[in-house]
Amino acid sequence: MPDNGGASGPTARKITFPAGRSPPTISWLLLPPWRCPTFALYFRLFRYGFRRHATYRAAAVAGAFTNTVFGVLRAYVLIALWQARPGLAGYDVADAVTFCFLTQAFIGPMQVFGGGLELSQRVRTGDVAIDLIRPASLQLWTLAEDLGRATWLFVVRSVPPTLAGAALFGIVTPSGPLAWAAFGASVVLGVIVSFALRYLVALSACWVLDDRGVQSLSLVMTLFFSGMILPLVIFPGWLGALAQALPWAAIVQVPADVYLGKADVAAALGFQALWAAALLGAGTLATRAVRHRVVIQGG
Amino acid sequence: MIANARVYLLLVATWMRAAAQYPGSLALLTLGSFVVNALDIAAIWIIFAHTPELAGFTLPEVMFLYGTAGVSFALADMFAGNTDKIGSYIRSGAFDTMMIRPASPFLQVAADRFSPQRFGRVGQAAVVLAIALPRLGIDWSRAWMIPVMIVSGFVIFVAIWTIAGAAQFLLTDAPEVANAFTYGGGQLTQYPLSVYGGELVRAVTFIVPLAFVNWQPGLYVLDREDPLGLPYALRFASPAAALIMALLAALAWRAGLRRYRSTGS
Repeated sequence: MPDNGGASGPTARKITFPAGRSPPTISWLLLPPWRCPTFALYFRLFRYGFRRHATYRAAAVAGAFTNTVFGVLRAYVLIALWQARPGLAGYDVADAVTFCFLTQAFIGPMQVFGGGLELSQRVRTGDVAIDLIRPASLQLWTLAEDLGRATWLFVVRSVPPTLAGAALFGIVTPSGPLAWAAFGASVVLGVIVSFALRYLVALSACWVLDDRGVQSLSLVMTLFFSGMILPLVIFPGWLGALAQALPWAAIVQVPADVYLGKADVAAALGFQALWAAALLGAGTLATRAVRHRVVIQGG
Repeated sequence: MIANARVYLLLVATWMRAAAQYPGSLALLTLGSFVVNALDIAAIWIIFAHTPELAGFTLPEVMFLYGTAGVSFALADMFAGNTDKIGSYIRSGAFDTMMIRPASPFLQVAADRFSPQRFGRVGQAAVVLAIALPRLGIDWSRAWMIPVMIVSGFVIFVAIWTIAGAAQFLLTDAPEVANAFTYGGGQLTQYPLSVYGGELVRAVTFIVPLAFVNWQPGLYVLDREDPLGLPYALRFASPAAALIMALLAALAWRAGLRRYRSTGS
């Protein structure tokens, strides 16, 4: 496995670096003490994911602008609803406005509109065959890159719309450092659940050849059942109960509720962790199935 | 004009044949497009499950405003929505190819990768409008305004898309800014403008004339007071607003094309 950015086999002890680059000594020292090659590999992939997306600065600024505009438009609708029904579902107007800007903030890191993974392209072109023979888990590999992408998008596409919402309408903030920490954990778990779903959608292309149909189905489920369009707490009756039990709730509604202090933190994080584990497990099984399915057509 | 229409239809037919090569995916995509947009109306229904009126408007009235703007927007999206890809055509060099072909670059962009899934959205908005109309109890002598507002709305949205597309000759890397005006306009017109703040309503009346897509003519059809008290004559101004926007869009497109420089890739 020469020069592919540090991917070393399970027996290798030494990390290899791309040709022509010296080992990054400073950041190496900053690594945690358990500097096993596996961790170093995934950390490197995380950084690559961050840096790859950090190239597109203009696009990120444009995205943040669009998220803000939509946040303003949707906020007015929610304000009108909560003015007609004060205290609906335990939210007041400020909670509803905050919820609205949080949903816009989550669009980037949670990749609510789907995609974000190079993997689906690689399945279509057949390059995934090379990914599958790498001596590292395809799912973890992709997850590490995706977390890097999410970190970058959190900085450029989550923070500005939220600040704009705070300036234009005023928003509520978590009560203390503990609440902020719980929110941070909830966002990370939300990104992982979102990744696990998108990973399954990307792999589906191995079976259906053209995965755009699956992607649009996934988009519908994500938009509606995550809380992106309306808070799940105002969905009526059984629809509300169902929506709040499905994995998509872990992407937007649950992190927003943790932020607003409307949810029991342990239960909320447990719910997200459970879905993350279940979906990553499904992803592992799907990856194994793909390994048996891939046919490489020569050249 | 006729030659342009022929070229456009020919390109559309070609891309539709291409899309039909994956019939299963095509069916799912069309259904998906129908359902994604139906989510917006589902949101409206959920809102009205909690309140009989939103900013002074009832459910059938909101569905009427949603349906008329939705049909205009979906038709415009079908015709000109692809202009938001101009940035990527410029970056990849595909726009060079379009410039040297003996057909209008605008029509080539508009028809590129045309997919029948775009019918899903038109169908969805038309269904909502058809459900809303009999429930409104409107004075049918005012119904002549409905086709006028749909056509004007279509022209206004196409113009916004064209201007946004032309802006990409300058902002090649940031196509998403355009989304704030195109899809943002689609989002804004789903609800009665009385929902939004006064400054925003004045901005979309006098700067980006989205109020003329469905709000001002809709007030005439519904025979309602203007909550902002703007002049009554504005209700009939939609065709004029559409005409002005179309002229501006043509100028912007020409200016954009003149500034075009190939990326050389």
